[in-house]
Amino acid sequence: MTDITGPDRVETSSPTLRTGTTPHSRSLRATSLRVLRYIIIALVVIIFAFPIAWMLLSSFKTQIDITTNDNLFVFTPTLQNYQNVFQQQNYLQYLFNSFLVAAVSTLFSLILGLPAAYGIARFRAHWLGLVLLTARIIPGITFLVPWYIIFGQLRLLGSYWALILSHMLVGLPFIAWVMIPFFESLPQELEESARIDGASTFGAFIRIALPLAVPGIATASIMSFIFSWNNFMFSLVLAGDDTRTLPIAIFNFLSYSSVDWGGLMAAAVVITLPVLIITLFVQRYIVAGLTAGATKG
Amino acid sequence: MAVVKSSSSTSAGLYTRWFFVLPAVIFVLIMIVFPVLYTLYLSLHTWSGSAIRPPDFIGLGNYQTLLTNDPRFGDALIRTLQFTLAAVIVELLLGLAIALLIHGPFLGRGFVRTMILLPMVATPVAIAMAWLLMFEPTIGLFNGILRSLNLPPQLWLGSRDQAMGSLILVDVWQWTPMMALILLAGLTSLPEEPFEAARVDGANGWQRFLYLTLPLLLPTMITAVLLRSIDALKTFDIIYTMTRGGPGFSTETINIYGYVQSFEYFRLGSASSLLVVFFAIVLGISLLFVQIRKRWGTI
Repeated sequence: MTDITGPDRVETSSPTLRTGTTPHSRSLRATSLRVLRYIIIALVVIIFAFPIAWMLLSSFKTQIDITTNDNLFVFTPTLQNYQNVFQQQNYLQYLFNSFLVAAVSTLFSLILGLPAAYGIARFRAHWLGLVLLTARIIPGITFLVPWYIIFGQLRLLGSYWALILSHMLVGLPFIAWVMIPFFESLPQELEESARIDGASTFGAFIRIALPLAVPGIATASIMSFIFSWNNFMFSLVLAGDDTRTLPIAIFNFLSYSSVDWGGLMAAAVVITLPVLIITLFVQRYIVAGLTAGATKG
Repeated sequence: MAVVKSSSSTSAGLYTRWFFVLPAVIFVLIMIVFPVLYTLYLSLHTWSGSAIRPPDFIGLGNYQTLLTNDPRFGDALIRTLQFTLAAVIVELLLGLAIALLIHGPFLGRGFVRTMILLPMVATPVAIAMAWLLMFEPTIGLFNGILRSLNLPPQLWLGSRDQAMGSLILVDVWQWTPMMALILLAGLTSLPEEPFEAARVDGANGWQRFLYLTLPLLLPTMITAVLLRSIDALKTFDIIYTMTRGGPGFSTETINIYGYVQSFEYFRLGSASSLLVVFFAIVLGISLLFVQIRKRWGTI
């Protein structure tokens, strides 16, 4: 148990030091505990990865292989499901829609959110930060009904704008959540000396603070993009036939043909693969983003 | 944005301050505060969304119906609380166990973290589809496993008694990693000295966990539970895509019921009153947690 409960700092120095300081020699017990720990870790990984692996596996199975259920892991893989998805449905369009809405809503959220987070951090206007964070607390459905009515009256229902504006409400609070503590942690001296050299407050923000904040901005952008990409409820109500995003497309796919499991799994893989690939590359940023603000006192 | 405006002001005056935050605040006001007020207004009316027939004012009638004459609302409220409570408690316990397990050095640390991240970043609708296939009573994996163990197959999502539990299972799978990662970050930031001192004093692993790790981790645990509870109360994607609140309303939570009232029945007035109550509940629970954190979180 020694390694499990103590803090994490020893990692960088030397792990052997710690085992060396334990009072009595119990190397056999320690070794078996370590092996046990690795086995449990492996089990945890398998459990959390399994449904996604199963989805991937099933997307390469024929309908017969899925329904007969005899050989769960041994089958001849087929790409037919993917062909069907892209031929029968307008999936390239939906893929484009998802990408456009996620990218533009993230960009606009950054344009609004970065100066706001900076202003709140530097001028200690924390109550304003709370205003931005209420968007994360209030149930989205509460403003979905008015949006539906208002966007309808503005003839924006089913347009990209309705989707982008609504998805910004997912991205913006997240950017505030990540960036306010980040800007607070940046040393203020550089901006001050830039201002003494004649830069405006806004100039100091653009030229000094923003470049220093790139890691935080990366975290916030990735998360905002993923949350928009995954969003279901806002798009379900506000998207039109041409602007439908992937989650809505696959949901409709389920309603038409609940029988074609292989096709359904292929469609599910198409949606979630971009997110999984992003995650594999930037895992560190995502962990930082999801846990931001949660551990400070 | 009008950069020129602030270029003349060199000190961080009131004017500059607002220049930074105003665009975002105006956006939030337009997109949230105004709609919430509009929902409040609609909740005092009866309206089907028709352009020809404007909303009729009926005072607090919708609230009266909702609280005294709508058993579907009461049931949905209880289900929402059950779902949230069960999911968050299991996620806290499992998350704490996993955080302790993967805290400290071991081979393949980055890989393990990446793998447990997948459930919560994967598109909820996509993973709902994968779980639908696994829960499927005739061809699904779970019943396949039960059959091969000579156990009776179950209906899972198709049964009134098991559907809620099945959905909680999916939520636990999806969000335990979130809990684990927040608690792991909390563990990593704990001070080292008390643990060294306890070790010198001869405290064993269990005692250190009980008297040091748990109390020191309490603020992080409260925050994690707060974040998860807010999201669990509002769970929509997996419930709506997997059961649509069925079978026979047995998985209909407040969020689902509100959606159905608004966008399937188009009873916008009574739906709005429901949404106002839901809003108040979520806000109330959030404030309660903030108070709890203030009082006990700073030990």
